[in-house]
Amino acid sequence: MAKQIPLVDYLVLGDRPHLVAHECTSCGARFFDRRNACASCGRTEFTRVDIPTDGEVRAFTIVAFAAPGIPVPYVAALVDCGGTSVRANLVNVPTDPEHVTLGMPVRLTTEVVGTDTEDTEAIGFGFEPREA
Amino acid sequence: MASDDLWILGIHMTKFGKHLDKDLVDLAAEAVTGALADGGVTMAEMEVVAAGCLMAANAGMGQQLQKQLGQTGAPVYNVANACATGATALRVALMSIKAGEADVGLAFGVEKLAGAGLLSGGSRKDDSDTFAPSGRYGAVAPIDGRIGTEIMPGVFAQIGMEYGHRYGGTSFELFARISEKNHAHSALNPLAAYSKKMTLEEIMGDFMVAYPNTRPMCSANCDGAAAAVVVSGSKLRTLSLEQQRRAVKISASVLTTDPWEEACQVLPDVNTLTRNAATQAYEQAGLGPSDLDLVELHDCFATAELVHYDNLMLCEQGGAVDFFESGATWRDGSMPVNVSGGLESKGHPIGATGIANVWEVATHLRGEAGPRQIEGARVGLTHVIGLGSACGVHILERSAA
Repeated sequence: MAKQIPLVDYLVLGDRPHLVAHECTSCGARFFDRRNACASCGRTEFTRVDIPTDGEVRAFTIVAFAAPGIPVPYVAALVDCGGTSVRANLVNVPTDPEHVTLGMPVRLTTEVVGTDTEDTEAIGFGFEPREA
Repeated sequence: MASDDLWILGIHMTKFGKHLDKDLVDLAAEAVTGALADGGVTMAEMEVVAAGCLMAANAGMGQQLQKQLGQTGAPVYNVANACATGATALRVALMSIKAGEADVGLAFGVEKLAGAGLLSGGSRKDDSDTFAPSGRYGAVAPIDGRIGTEIMPGVFAQIGMEYGHRYGGTSFELFARISEKNHAHSALNPLAAYSKKMTLEEIMGDFMVAYPNTRPMCSANCDGAAAAVVVSGSKLRTLSLEQQRRAVKISASVLTTDPWEEACQVLPDVNTLTRNAATQAYEQAGLGPSDLDLVELHDCFATAELVHYDNLMLCEQGGAVDFFESGATWRDGSMPVNVSGGLESKGHPIGATGIANVWEVATHLRGEAGPRQIEGARVGLTHVIGLGSACGVHILERSAA
């Protein structure tokens, strides 16, 4: 099996792929990027928390026009995962407003986004429809 | 007029559109010369100059203008603050006056964006030969289009859709009808980049950029400039009665950024900072939304205009859809919004936008708006928002003189 690397460092691969966030130990604010301090309270101590893999679509757009090299159309969305908001594409769903709806229940899934010259696969994530 | 009141003495905007034969300085000079003439003053009298230009933020636009119109030695502040750049320049001039460093100031904004395409997310780097994590997300490859979108039509589409999810009532057609209103309004504005009325069918059937925003539902990239001469109340008292009569009072000038909220670093929160700015502005002016005769708000996309009805408290919380459906925001409604045509039709030369909307409101308050005049307008509000984020709100009042 090819070597794999997550597209971003807040995606954890393995048997149960999931996202992780930095949670401020003082106020509970969550962040996906490398932090200098908490944007909410200014403190500097964080703990790593797992983000639920089930979520609900709170907003979406169907992008039909993008930079060269980006396949269109694709669905970009804001997904509410148990109270933590996640930015992601919606995948494994037809890209039209009849199939993509506000409030739609979704779950995290992973896919290969590319392979480099050393045969390492970059693994990205998206959310696909699930039964409520 | 109180000594510490702030006033617009002169104001001007160029036609928005394609100016192939003019560079940034030509456009800025046209707007500034117009504003100086409108106020009956000269470049030599300007005690401070604030210049806004986003795409050429490091070009020293204020000094370039001085080199054409007058190297007076007055201090220049070149500012860049995303789509709030123009409003920020205006505020810098106003703050100099408030600080007692100047009695008369000049603010201008200029941009050349005709044919610019996507301003964000318009290009994506190729994947590198070997994957190695870099940046704040430890990304091994570019993420635009792989983890959501960076294009503004898509970001603001989600902002409108989120409002719909929270309160209900939105649809592709509803957002398109907001755009229909602004395109209809622009038919009366000779300075708009696009002044052709569009039918709902034309808008919905146009090229889809990011659902539900089609091309005419997006702000129009174009060239343009706007400039304002501002003075203190004590200075205005020394000027002619005609200058005092045409002066427009700046009853509130506010700039905010977005306070941290859950999700704000995932999808920009344009709501909280706008609501905060509006709250502060109404308090500064001692006025409320019901006092407004017209509003120019930041309809960078049709999906954005809807949420700002709510954020500026023009309607009750959650009531933006019903408010629009009532017809209130058409030019013959109870709260005309974007009678200039807004960013979707008048156009959005970024640096100029936050002064051009002040020109629009000021022109109505002076009773000089011609066929699109909102009759008897006494009070108006302008609003811009730049992602990052920054929100500028100004409340203007007609002179009592």
